[in-house]
Amino acid sequence: MNAPDQGRFALDPARHGAGIALIVIVIFNLIVTPNFFQPQTLFVNISQMATIAIVAMGMTLVIATGGIDLSVGAVMALAGALAPLIFLSEFAQANPVPGLIAAIGLPILIAFCCGVFNGLLVSRLGVQPIVATLILFISGRGLAQVLTNGNLQTFSHPSFSYLGTGRVMGLPFQGWLVLIIAILLSWVVARSTFGRQLLAVGGNERAARLSGIPVHRVKIGAYAICAGLAGLAGLIVVAINSASDAARIGNLMELDAIAAAVVGGTLLQGGRAPILGAILGAIIIQLVKYTLLANGIADEVALIAKAAIIIAAVYLQQARKE
Amino acid sequence: MSVTTAFDLRRHLRGGGHSTGVWAALAALILFGLLRYENFGGAYNISSFLNYNAMFIVISVGMCFVILTGGIDLSVGSVAAFTSVVAAYLSPLGIQIALPGAVMAGLTMGALNAFFVVSMRIPPFIATLATMLGAKGGALVISGAQTISIDWGSNFTSLGMGKAFDLLPWTAVITAIVVVGLWILLEQTSLGRTVLAIGGGEDAAAMMGLNTRGAKAFVYTLSGGCAGLAGVFLASGFGAGQPLEGIGWELSAIASVVVGGTLLTGGLGSVGATVAGALLLGLVFNILNFENGRGVISLSAYWQMVIRGAFLLLVILLQSRLSRATQKELS
Amino acid sequence: MTDLIEMTGIGKKFAGVIALSDANLSIRPGEVHAIIGQNGAGKSTLIKVLTGVYRRDTGDVRMAGRDLTLTSAREAQDAGIATIYQELSLVTLRSVTENVIMGYEPRTRLGLIDWRAAHARTRQILTRFGVDIDVTRPLGQYSTAIQQLVAIARAVSLKAQLVIMDEATSSLDDQEIETLFSVVRGLKQDGVAVLYISHFLDELYRICDRVTVMRDGRTVATHDVADTTKLGLVTEMLGRDAGEIQTAGLTALSGGHSDPGPVLLQATGLRTRTGLRGVDLTIRKGEILGLGGLLGSGRTETARALFGLDPLISGQITHHSGAALDNPATAITRRIGFLTEDRKVDGIIPHLSVRENITLAILPQLRKGGAIDRAREREIADYYIKALQIKTAGMEQPIRELSGGNQQKVLLARWLALEPEILILDEPTRGVDVGAKFEIQSIIRAQVAAGLSVLLISSEFEELVEGADRIVVLQDGRSVRELHNPGLTQDALIGAIAQHQDSEVAA
Repeated sequence: MNAPDQGRFALDPARHGAGIALIVIVIFNLIVTPNFFQPQTLFVNISQMATIAIVAMGMTLVIATGGIDLSVGAVMALAGALAPLIFLSEFAQANPVPGLIAAIGLPILIAFCCGVFNGLLVSRLGVQPIVATLILFISGRGLAQVLTNGNLQTFSHPSFSYLGTGRVMGLPFQGWLVLIIAILLSWVVARSTFGRQLLAVGGNERAARLSGIPVHRVKIGAYAICAGLAGLAGLIVVAINSASDAARIGNLMELDAIAAAVVGGTLLQGGRAPILGAILGAIIIQLVKYTLLANGIADEVALIAKAAIIIAAVYLQQARKE
Repeated sequence: MSVTTAFDLRRHLRGGGHSTGVWAALAALILFGLLRYENFGGAYNISSFLNYNAMFIVISVGMCFVILTGGIDLSVGSVAAFTSVVAAYLSPLGIQIALPGAVMAGLTMGALNAFFVVSMRIPPFIATLATMLGAKGGALVISGAQTISIDWGSNFTSLGMGKAFDLLPWTAVITAIVVVGLWILLEQTSLGRTVLAIGGGEDAAAMMGLNTRGAKAFVYTLSGGCAGLAGVFLASGFGAGQPLEGIGWELSAIASVVVGGTLLTGGLGSVGATVAGALLLGLVFNILNFENGRGVISLSAYWQMVIRGAFLLLVILLQSRLSRATQKELS
Repeated sequence: MTDLIEMTGIGKKFAGVIALSDANLSIRPGEVHAIIGQNGAGKSTLIKVLTGVYRRDTGDVRMAGRDLTLTSAREAQDAGIATIYQELSLVTLRSVTENVIMGYEPRTRLGLIDWRAAHARTRQILTRFGVDIDVTRPLGQYSTAIQQLVAIARAVSLKAQLVIMDEATSSLDDQEIETLFSVVRGLKQDGVAVLYISHFLDELYRICDRVTVMRDGRTVATHDVADTTKLGLVTEMLGRDAGEIQTAGLTALSGGHSDPGPVLLQATGLRTRTGLRGVDLTIRKGEILGLGGLLGSGRTETARALFGLDPLISGQITHHSGAALDNPATAITRRIGFLTEDRKVDGIIPHLSVRENITLAILPQLRKGGAIDRAREREIADYYIKALQIKTAGMEQPIRELSGGNQQKVLLARWLALEPEILILDEPTRGVDVGAKFEIQSIIRAQVAAGLSVLLISSEFEELVEGADRIVVLQDGRSVRELHNPGLTQDALIGAIAQHQDSEVAA
């Protein structure tokens, strides 16, 4: 990213708010939470944060077009249910390498297609994004459960599990994955024509169309990338657990992802795509969860805390606008 | 736009025309069921059908008001789950306390949505998504993530089990009263007309001096109250408060509203057609159950979610043509 | 007689910027009073202070001798002030009746809406206007003219003493305007005052009793219309000397009327669903072709059709390359640009920088393996910022922070960066200050001298008459005449429109 761009983002109050929130949470944990300053804690948080961050980055692109994708959790479930079905199949048992490639590639491809479907509904048919993605939100998970008959699939497959449990230079593999995707997407947003078109479509769709930008294609692209990333996140969740439960993979992930994107400074009305902000948001969401959990506060209360974070972040955005 | 669409649209706009489709489909499906299955028209099927679908009708009607203003309420399912737990806890005090208590809890959640949307100007889907989380968390916290059995000794059980005049389940009777009340509210009062005007153009409505903020606050609160009532029905129907229920209810409600011909962008629609939409959706599953029973097909519960989504897709495909034509013609 | 409305010493600031200072307005009962002024003169701010949309910082408002402070649209209506905006003020999805009675519904004894009485009252008022329609149908089914009348019906139904009409005629045809005027005369007879805001000076002479001229947030003068001349009013509006206007002309577009070059684009018999019913025109190299006509005559629609935005029902657009211009992207690859009328809605991308806004239409040219060629992009942005003298803190400043005139220059730069062959300009100088206006006009003229062809749409007849080499006059979606420079005068243009209408009436 070049200097002027950074200067522009550095003046963004939402970003400062998020940074301050992060510092407060870390300091709080250092004082209160036992064993917070341990490598183990760091690893746990990185591996948990990674899925949120990956989905949130995709969500950031969709929100940048002025849309929203409620189906990410269901798409995660779909991809997560498919992968074990593929690598546990006879074909994959007989041909481990192509089997593994198929088990990773195929679910992501199908997730990608889900995104194309969402994008088509939103762009070509002009369906409101909330409603368009609500379709897969419900039937995507249903499909995943149909595929697995609602059963929990457990497995032991070390090379697949590397996605969720592997370490590179001592840090969780998925943490590195987040880094790579972040660098890639930051480049896309800041430097590529697609990125510029994305921001233009989100900033003013009519003007973008008048300037010859292929609005439909850009939107479909954003939804497809978002869904593809959700598929990847679904695989990671399954790999971490060495088990796949279609009812639970990615449950409520759409909320985490939207919250992370918004906390990271993405404007809900579109036109901006701070990829690094989404990661910052994901870290905050994860740390809040961890803080509550580590201090013996029930998971359910964490839901309420998350709701409060979302409301506060969006409210700050709205207030700033006026 | 094709000529046909324009023609349909004119009928649609003439009023009344837009809901004939759903009534016709409903009649056709009932006829189909009556001819094909022996017990379809039996008292047991009818009363259990109405008893089960009462909660969906109620939340759909609440959702209808929200959508008419151009908003959306994603929290209805969680709120119903939350209030079902509240109702179960209150059930030892009797229906006279449990029912209003749970509805109040729903109204409170709805008021929270209203506060977020109207006072804090948070986009409706974010606000109600947050409330969905909050209500879900609340339901799990107060229930300890367990189903809470109702007090079988109290008169609360009569709601789901007993029948009014030995004919219809009480849930259906209450639902009918609510539906008629809200129908009058929408068609015959200035509050109802304001709701419609907001969906047709919020700025215009405000310039006409209508109390748009009040009306918006009202629809979200109402939707919460309807979800609260649905929660009471849920608890009575299952004999327990169900903190984990309600997933996908918002989708069913939205689908019912849309099937009934209400424009998702607001401004056009009716309570009656929404009820017809809810009944139609319920009937689809009723008939699928009968087919399962005959052993012709075998669909797991998971298919229901897929079918629900597919159904919504179908409706949206049909409506997107209409709505685009409307915007073209009326803009 | 006491004045109905008496506004004195009104001042209003927005974030420190003065919108109104010492503005005065008095409206007598039963008169039709016009407010005129350029864009940004403060007309709409003054109205909004009167109707309670904005709160005034200083000054007094009195109605029939009593102090009046309104804080909402509802209070204004209750006080007897009804406002009819050009758009937005009606709910087109709902029925005619609802639009008339909304908020003031007749009730039955049960407190429910008495629909029968409501329909009857609506029908009765509309019949008085000579309008006989089904009042239970959605308003959106009827023409804009009917909708305007329904808005007036609402005012009558509310027993308004003052009806404010903001640009009420801008999308009506002549016959519809005549109907509207007869309704306004009817209101006047009933003792209702009308405050009339319009850009069309001609209308003023047809309907108004008095006129208040505004400039730079001040009311400059109030006259009896009968005592004024058009030139006098224009002088007051612009704040320039009458003699200067007559000698130097009103615009910087004039001069350099060139010999016609080869034909670049020819359109014949254009018909669209947006209201074109037969438009023929030819664009030649290096000339400015004007589109003349009233609002609603199909000028913007013609531009949109040429740019491939609205599909044709029939007719043909022949580009010299032979390409079919059926969407904006194709038109752009054929080096056709379209500077749209509404800068905010169709032009700027607010969050993006000046640089990013300038290069938006030439992204395909800047693409280098999926990435944007940054160096070239900066070069281009830098060049146009200097060439058009765009006042900005730097090319990275978000465009939303620029003034209106500078935003317009950025958008002009967006299309000039395409190095277009044909540039469509829809109201290029609307809503920009006088200085920026002259600059923009000079830039256009310089580009034309260098070989650019321009299709110019402007509501300011001066700009058209002095700028265009030829003017195609549109009326009612048809091209009816073509006028040629030199020798064109405003009177000739107005005459061309009027003449055709007369002949149509005769036929």
